Amino acid sequence: MSTASVPLPNWINYGLIPLLNLTVAFLISGFVVWLIGESPLDALSLLIQGALGNGEGIGFTLYYATSFIFTGLSVAVAIHAGLFNIGSEGQAYLGGLGCALVALALDRYVPWYVTMPIAVIGAGLFGAAWAFIPAFLQAKRGSHIVITTIMFNYIGAALMVYLLVHVLIVPGKMAPETRTFLEGGQLPKLGWVMQLFGAKLGAAPFNVSFIIALVVSYLVWLLVWRTKLGFEMRTLGVSPTAAAYAGIPYARTVIIAMLLSGALAGMMALNPVMGSSARLQVEFVGGAGFVGIAVSLMGRNHPLGIIMAAILFGILYQGGDWISFEMPNITREMILVIQGLVILFAGALEYMFRPAMVRLYQQFKRG
Amino acid sequence: MDYYDIFISVLSSTIRLSIPLIFTALAGLFSERAGIFDIGLEGKMLGSAFAAACVAYLTDSAWLGLGAGILCSVALSLVHGFASITNRGNQIVSGVAINFFIAGITIVLGQAWFGQGGRTPQLVPASRFAPIILPGADAARDIPIVGPLYANVISGNNILTYLAFLAVPFSWWVLYRTRFGLRLRAVGENPGAVDTAGISVAWLRYRAVMCAGILCGFAGTYLAIAQSAAFIKDMSAGKGYIALAALVFAKWKPVPVMFACLLFGFLDALANFMQGKQVPLIGEVPVQVFQALPYVLTCVLLAGFIGVATPPKAGGVPYTKER
Repeated sequence: MSTASVPLPNWINYGLIPLLNLTVAFLISGFVVWLIGESPLDALSLLIQGALGNGEGIGFTLYYATSFIFTGLSVAVAIHAGLFNIGSEGQAYLGGLGCALVALALDRYVPWYVTMPIAVIGAGLFGAAWAFIPAFLQAKRGSHIVITTIMFNYIGAALMVYLLVHVLIVPGKMAPETRTFLEGGQLPKLGWVMQLFGAKLGAAPFNVSFIIALVVSYLVWLLVWRTKLGFEMRTLGVSPTAAAYAGIPYARTVIIAMLLSGALAGMMALNPVMGSSARLQVEFVGGAGFVGIAVSLMGRNHPLGIIMAAILFGILYQGGDWISFEMPNITREMILVIQGLVILFAGALEYMFRPAMVRLYQQFKRG
Repeated sequence: MDYYDIFISVLSSTIRLSIPLIFTALAGLFSERAGIFDIGLEGKMLGSAFAAACVAYLTDSAWLGLGAGILCSVALSLVHGFASITNRGNQIVSGVAINFFIAGITIVLGQAWFGQGGRTPQLVPASRFAPIILPGADAARDIPIVGPLYANVISGNNILTYLAFLAVPFSWWVLYRTRFGLRLRAVGENPGAVDTAGISVAWLRYRAVMCAGILCGFAGTYLAIAQSAAFIKDMSAGKGYIALAALVFAKWKPVPVMFACLLFGFLDALANFMQGKQVPLIGEVPVQVFQALPYVLTCVLLAGFIGVATPPKAGGVPYTKER
């Protein structure tokens, strides 16, 4: 009998195997560090120190994590419906346009807490709109969602550069960015949360969008596991044939799942655009959409797992900055290496250790 | 400049910009025809560019550079194969992983070894593929119409350019006129049937991804040591995805692949040329329009508005023997 179909207890499936995959990814990353001629252990301790050593470090870590929670949820919602959305990057980019337009329109009239909900809707709508065409093409015309979402990332990037260079730019300025939002278009920082623990936030842009991210995570959990729509999405994801026999409309479910996915990606823009730089800039997404893929895979597409994985990636991003500062030999791009390895081992090679685990487990049960 | 000179200059840059696309799209053709999606083309191209530039710099030999580029790209293909054929992992996830890993590792190693911000040192002419002047090119230059075409477009390219155009009929021949090609196409449509015939699906698919690796090796080498004289970080700049788009555009067929790549190369050349120039009646066309055009065209094609592009049936699905 093949080892693929032997049931394993949850703690092995959702605990041990992912942990093993992650460990291998980190061991290889350590090997790369060693190859460059630095000590992997020193690098690790710098990583932890830089990301968690003081209030400012933690603030940056959580700031990055906020973006990754949104994009991770975006990828996960699509995966539950059996769709691989590589377009979170572009959807987040367009989401930035949505929330920036709201902030630019409202910031001089109302305080931030009035702007915020409208900006959330704006970002979500624009993100969803950018996911709609690939979703429609997949649902109605049978074109492959992976290809179309990649194409839309590039189209989105071209569109946004055009808008920032020719339309939204401040007249007379060189930088392709909008004007700085006034107070009414900025999300306040969460310095007080840090103070509860006696730490100072410093310059870190950790802001209210973190709380929005947590609320949205809960809502996603409710949606996927506690509603009819979520059930239909998951059925479609597990078996499109079963879904068809159960009378679940394919086109509608695909489109709704992708709209939700796009909206979640779009909301990511709140964090950098309104929470940090207070203006719309070129390339503000900075790859967070792609990090979402790693985060979702590592978090096993569950909101709780995604929050933990997003924090881990936040640590990697902030700690990675710190390492590149202290060890000039190791550049910031080391994060991409780790990210690639995590995606490889936690995603594509997720079952590599399974046959060995099954054998061990059976021996253990017999013995 | 008169119009014919403009035409010649745009045409020659079209060819220059199409070559990496042709190699990469043919690579994707082999892989996807065998039923293995390859989002990792971008990463393989970038990785082989880095390897080629490093080895060419160290050995002063362009050919050793090419060898290193191919080796690196084949190694990545084997990783992709191990994940998606042996372990039946998700092919797209594996490709994405390779792209990330390479985007990072090339810069990390480049900075650690050469300390130039992820670049490799400038190569001397001997360690690059130099332009080949075809016989009579200089003499032909003054002949009207045909002369400039021969001297500036057909002659004066490096050997990899000519190889790219030879690779197209060669790929066609391999895929449509050899037993290996027949089986390779069959395994992308119906691996079960191939398996029933007693042919190993896994080994066939491994050979297909290795073919893809070799071709991507040419593409990366072209970027680093033929078109430029060093590896520059992120120098593939999305060409792997454009090649993927060209593959869809060409409906997974070798000769149309070449034309699709030439079309996308032409759009790129046109975008460079049009920068800051006025078009009659329309005014200045933003360069972003040309940049987005290949992607928009591909989506339109995928939507079925200009013919139908049907991918190989078993593409993206790991093969499991029935029990």
